Amino acid sequence: MEATVVRTGTEGKTWGGGSKSPLKASYGKMMMWYFITSDALTFSAFLAAYGFSRFKFIDSWPIADEVFNHFPFMHGVDAPMYYVALMTFILIFSSVTMVLAVDAGHQLKKGKVTLYMFLTIIGGAIFVGSQAWEWKNFIKGEYGAVETAGGNIIQFVDREGERVALADVAKVLPEERVEHERKNGLWYVTDENTLTTYSIDEVREGFAESDYLVRTQKLDEKGAKTILSREESLSVINNDAVGVVEGANLTHNEYGPPLFADFFFFITGFHGFHVFTGVIINIIIFFNVIIGTYERRKSYEMVEKVGLYWHFVDLVWVFVFTFFYLV
Amino acid sequence: MAHDASTHEHQSATKRIWVVFAILSIITIVEVILGIIKPASLVETTLISMSLLNWIFIILTIVKAYYITWAFMHMEHETKGLRRSVVWTVIFLIAYLVFILLTEGDYIYEVYKNGHVAWDF
Repeated sequence: MEATVVRTGTEGKTWGGGSKSPLKASYGKMMMWYFITSDALTFSAFLAAYGFSRFKFIDSWPIADEVFNHFPFMHGVDAPMYYVALMTFILIFSSVTMVLAVDAGHQLKKGKVTLYMFLTIIGGAIFVGSQAWEWKNFIKGEYGAVETAGGNIIQFVDREGERVALADVAKVLPEERVEHERKNGLWYVTDENTLTTYSIDEVREGFAESDYLVRTQKLDEKGAKTILSREESLSVINNDAVGVVEGANLTHNEYGPPLFADFFFFITGFHGFHVFTGVIINIIIFFNVIIGTYERRKSYEMVEKVGLYWHFVDLVWVFVFTFFYLV
Repeated sequence: MAHDASTHEHQSATKRIWVVFAILSIITIVEVILGIIKPASLVETTLISMSLLNWIFIILTIVKAYYITWAFMHMEHETKGLRRSVVWTVIFLIAYLVFILLTEGDYIYEVYKNGHVAWDF
């Protein structure tokens, strides 16, 4: 009669075909490990592609400390690294609370698991919010820049080498600028962006009257951006400059090569998406803990499995932190 | 007796978590401090086409990754087979991919720099 019993092949924690599980891990846990393996390869492919582009533009890549230097409530203060260090700590700490939840689960302490899961979810939510703020600053930009016909970005500095914003360079001219839209006939224009605060003519005019210099993306031996002489600056602005760039998007980027912004959006975005899904999955498991699903099962292994995913998200961030902010 | 043994084990597991947290925090703080001051001697010393400072960052990152995987993800308690099938696969493929792509990126940089085709108009 036993032959008629329907079996799914994955009863309980064992695999179909016997009570011995391969590698002494339950089906779910082992498959979570292999999912993490494949996801790790996806992330490393992104980071390796980032490294490829960076080596391609090794002598003109943006300096991370200059790009990411904001801190909440400290407007205009140059604070490189601090904010991202804070984000890193938040994520590492939420990893700690997660592993504490797993540990409490091993001892079947429902109250402790609930508390630690809750703290983990809060930590993850704060991290996603911080990342959104980082994106906002990156997209908005700070000083603005000018793009040359060859697609290079040039920025303005004063005689001391301090960055100068477009607003200080440009001279407001009595000109009328109209944004080209399909409805006024220019349907074939595809890369027309929204109007920048200042036109390239206003920047040119203002620059000619000022005493500022131009800074190119080229890095010198000491890793600083090259500053041109006044004559060279004027020649670049008058002959090569074609457009004004404020902030960053997928095609223009005031910090340097557009590829830098593309990789930033793509890699931190993909990581942020992982954090977001991690928070959602944690919330589901959190409610399962509260209603006592795992208490009845006498096993908190689900907490352990989502814990693996959550630690993996932290692990990826460790690498993103290094390659985007430190190296 | 059995109960005593399990509470003792539990205490050591919690202790291990906090020790690892301390290690990860210290490494991160060191990284941030080095990233802010960027000591000139480390930036200017080059080892295998990268500055010594960058090598330090990458090695510290791998140390952090080791602690997260081994302690937080409990890799140290898994069987040798599972550990190797995950870790060796990932390390081999990543090392291979990174080597290929970085070599190619450096080659394209040389072409842009020394080649006879103008690309900056």
